Amino acid sequence: MGLMQLIGLGKATFSHGIHPPEYKASTGVKKIRRLPFAPEMIIPLSQHFGKPSVPIVHEGQEVVRGEPLAKADGFMSVPLHAPATGIIKKIGLMPTARGPKAQAIVLKLHSGASQDALYGHLQDIDNMSPEQIVKAVQDTGMVGLGGASFPTHVKMTVPEGQKVDTVMVNGCECEPYLTTDHRVMLEYSMDLFAGIRIAMKAVGAERAVIGIEDNKPDAIEGLREACPKDGTVTVGVMKTKYPQGAEKMMIKALLGREVPSGGFPAAVGVSVYNVATLAQLGALLPHSRGLIERVVTIAGPGIEKPGNYLVALGTPLRFVLEQLGFEGDSRKLILGGPMMGVSVASLDVPVTKGVSGILVLTEEEKAAQMPKQVWPCIKCARCVQACPIHLNPSELGMLAAKRQYELMEERFHLNDCFECGCCTYVCPSAIPLVQYFRIAKAINRENKAREAA
Amino acid sequence: MAENAPVIEVRTSPHVRQTPTVDQIMRNVVYALLPVAAYAVYQFGISAFALILVTVLACVGTEQLFCRLSSKRTTVGDFSAVITGMLLALTLPPGFPLWMAAVAGFVGIALAKVMFGGIGLNVFNPALVGRAFVQAAFPVAITTWTPPFAQGRFTEFIPSTWTFPFALPVSVSDWVKETSLAIQQASPGVDAFTGATPLALSKLGNGEVAHFVTDSMDLFMGTTAGSAGETSALLILLCGAYLAVRHMMDWRIPAAVILGTYVTAEILHLVDPSAYPPPMFMVLAGGLMLGAVFMASDMVASPVTPVGVWVYGILIGLLTVIIRLFGSLSEGVMYAILFGNAASPLISAVTQPRVYGTSRKKKKV
Repeated sequence: MGLMQLIGLGKATFSHGIHPPEYKASTGVKKIRRLPFAPEMIIPLSQHFGKPSVPIVHEGQEVVRGEPLAKADGFMSVPLHAPATGIIKKIGLMPTARGPKAQAIVLKLHSGASQDALYGHLQDIDNMSPEQIVKAVQDTGMVGLGGASFPTHVKMTVPEGQKVDTVMVNGCECEPYLTTDHRVMLEYSMDLFAGIRIAMKAVGAERAVIGIEDNKPDAIEGLREACPKDGTVTVGVMKTKYPQGAEKMMIKALLGREVPSGGFPAAVGVSVYNVATLAQLGALLPHSRGLIERVVTIAGPGIEKPGNYLVALGTPLRFVLEQLGFEGDSRKLILGGPMMGVSVASLDVPVTKGVSGILVLTEEEKAAQMPKQVWPCIKCARCVQACPIHLNPSELGMLAAKRQYELMEERFHLNDCFECGCCTYVCPSAIPLVQYFRIAKAINRENKAREAA
Repeated sequence: MAENAPVIEVRTSPHVRQTPTVDQIMRNVVYALLPVAAYAVYQFGISAFALILVTVLACVGTEQLFCRLSSKRTTVGDFSAVITGMLLALTLPPGFPLWMAAVAGFVGIALAKVMFGGIGLNVFNPALVGRAFVQAAFPVAITTWTPPFAQGRFTEFIPSTWTFPFALPVSVSDWVKETSLAIQQASPGVDAFTGATPLALSKLGNGEVAHFVTDSMDLFMGTTAGSAGETSALLILLCGAYLAVRHMMDWRIPAAVILGTYVTAEILHLVDPSAYPPPMFMVLAGGLMLGAVFMASDMVASPVTPVGVWVYGILIGLLTVIIRLFGSLSEGVMYAILFGNAASPLISAVTQPRVYGTSRKKKKV
């Protein structure tokens, strides 16, 4: 198989992209440790892409760790599970990372409870049909843990008329600071392989490729040795570059295929999952348990004890930061990585399924990153040379300034932008290009909705 | 809330950025131009120094004036006007009357930059617009060349430098003769200097008289007559390399210009070697190097697309050779670049990159 050899030999990559400083040294070498339970957990009903979950508990009800708290609302939704044993304090509006308050379940912990996850039963995956696996995956409440929070069972449902031949496992972790996937690959490799087998079975793929950037040689070595001898699962070494871990970039780099504009990876026979997602799935599905905790990189110059921590979902940021020592003059909190993460304004925001990192930046850090002023575009073409999708952000930015949003979509492929931030990162004029594009997309969406109505 | 509740700042991603900023890039271009300017002063003396000083002051002053007039925050801090001033001086003959140089600087900034909206919005390279203006307005002065390495160049000005505004420039022919004689006496091996540039010399031929093609090595090292900063191809290339290595200049543009020039000249030279000079001469002579490295590569006025920069550069090279060989002027780089500037929005528009997951062929979206 020429292609497989090719994958094994060279360092695969896509064209364009950027090389931001990695900042991974302080956390990448540290073992995952468990963070204590917070006295009170906040579990938002919408932690995933799709419809919010529907609560099946009432205020004052006692719940056991791992017990379902909310059920999925249709196919494009997932259930929620209790992150700890305790009592439901209230169901109501609570702060979220996105800004506006949203419905959430507040859980007060029993201080004396053992916090053993007792819920669930064994199930034999080998004797399940793909449809049964997809249903079981939905019941775990699993979503993409890389940050997009797309329901995993939806990804595992191959559209009619398409065939998936390859499961792609994303261990790139191209965002600076983040090392959760790195540690998961080192410490949960058995769970990961179990998860890969589940995914392969669900989509009917004959092979799987684990894509890892070459800045994680220990993970590459470790997983290569653990790969099954029949050659169905291989490790693809990829160049360290941002955004190597974007699924479209990965597919191009490892398989040379391009996902058609507006389409999904299944259109080119690929199904992509994050390593953390599959490792959790490999651990949860055989016991039909729910997703109640995840590994989070907590780092940045404002944190005294940076590292990777197993955090119960619903733990408020304030509790996390107090546990790890948090400098009082820290000025910026980011959920996720510094390239695509969201900055939050409140410490009462909880850790949710999609939070892969918590970064605390200090005043100096902020000052160093803040552009002093915004200049007009000097057409230096750095953005054009950085855009992984080969858009023309310079032109798009100028059109956005003129509010020609429709032209941006029709002629300059605005909707192919996945907001990786490369253009803004390299812009010497400090133009907030990505923000322009987000606004343009939102306005186009609104206009279309209005026209349709 | 705790009493030391921090003020948390909310911004949109990405939360990290990479320097350099616009003013840092522009400052680096100034650094890259300094050796070229220094060599011009070494070669042509205090006249060249005064020329550079006057054009820089004229450009910066004009920009400051218009910012003041339009009650805008001053934009001289971004150093782009300094670059325009330096480039302008380097393209002028070293003995160019200073008042004319000031007019060129004013016109370049006022007409080609400020009128279009300032940095980033100009269609043409301001330095070249300034030069084009004085080329049309003062055709004699701008083709009056003086020999390099004149003996007293660090103590006395070239006579035409201090021409009184609106007066006819002092004729330098006597001075040139004197100086040339002096140089020849000092070092008899050196060719007789006439002060004419290598390109002008090659154009004298007219098919009957043999062309005077200056040795490539002299052109490369920069020991010939010419505009203040265009003579040493080596130095210009080194300074350009500094910018290219720091990713502050697109190396593909100079490469494309040189390629376009070389190939066009080579084809013509192959057709009729007696009528057309060899390609290496075309590449090294005149303002081509300076134009290719520092002016065609002007970010604002060049295309942004990867294919576009090659088209743009090759077009400039091609036009340069055509103007030089078939036009009435001996030099063609300036008009070639201005033409390239004018074409660059069109070039950008037709060379948009193929977007991931799409096909170049027009399909119904």
